[in-house]
Amino acid sequence: MSRFRITTDPLDETAVRAGLATDRDGAVVVFAGVVRDENRGRRVRWLEYEAYEAMAVPVLRQVAAEVQREFGVKRLRVHHRLGRVEIGEASVLVATAAPHRGAAFQAAQHVMDEIKRIVPIWKREFFVGGDVWVEGPGAPVSE
Amino acid sequence: MNAGRPVRVLLFAAAREAAGTGRLEVPHRPGLTAEDIWKRLETDHPALAPLASTISTAVNHRFTKKATPLDPGDELAFLPPVSGG
Repeated sequence: MSRFRITTDPLDETAVRAGLATDRDGAVVVFAGVVRDENRGRRVRWLEYEAYEAMAVPVLRQVAAEVQREFGVKRLRVHHRLGRVEIGEASVLVATAAPHRGAAFQAAQHVMDEIKRIVPIWKREFFVGGDVWVEGPGAPVSE
Repeated sequence: MNAGRPVRVLLFAAAREAAGTGRLEVPHRPGLTAEDIWKRLETDHPALAPLASTISTAVNHRFTKKATPLDPGDELAFLPPVSGG
């Protein structure tokens, strides 16, 4: 199973963690980001994701290097969905494995925070009455 | 070795839609910057103007400043605020 996967196929929570942990790991965290039916008072029908794949993977690799440096977590995977994703389906899976749960949780949290901050992926929300590109709160505009 | 190669320009999400295209090429000239290309795109596609303050720039898959001079053959991308996850 590849470390970073950006795919139009449905995501698989079993596959993302399969073979990730070693015998030294006492903690495996699998986070699933799931499409919900409401956003800012709008009734969401589905989401569509688009990525700059050639950049998304190197940025994820950089995030993984940070996670290793800051939390000592080397075993992690990120699978992100592209295209149309229905309510209740996972749009992203992050799996981490570490000897203890603290580091595994922190690593997964950090990866998700960075996905929302710098990884070049965008979602378009289709709601009852229209559709809109969703823009994240923070971006590295830097002039 | 890349002399004469154009700059490849990519636009994503709201920027792609505002420009009506996700991909174009711009002839390279010494000193050309992302800012120059954005200004030209804004002139051709006024719908891009409202995005200017929040757009980020990447050259060859790394975030960069818009004022950085481009090299021939660079891949320049204009990125609206990301919203993955």
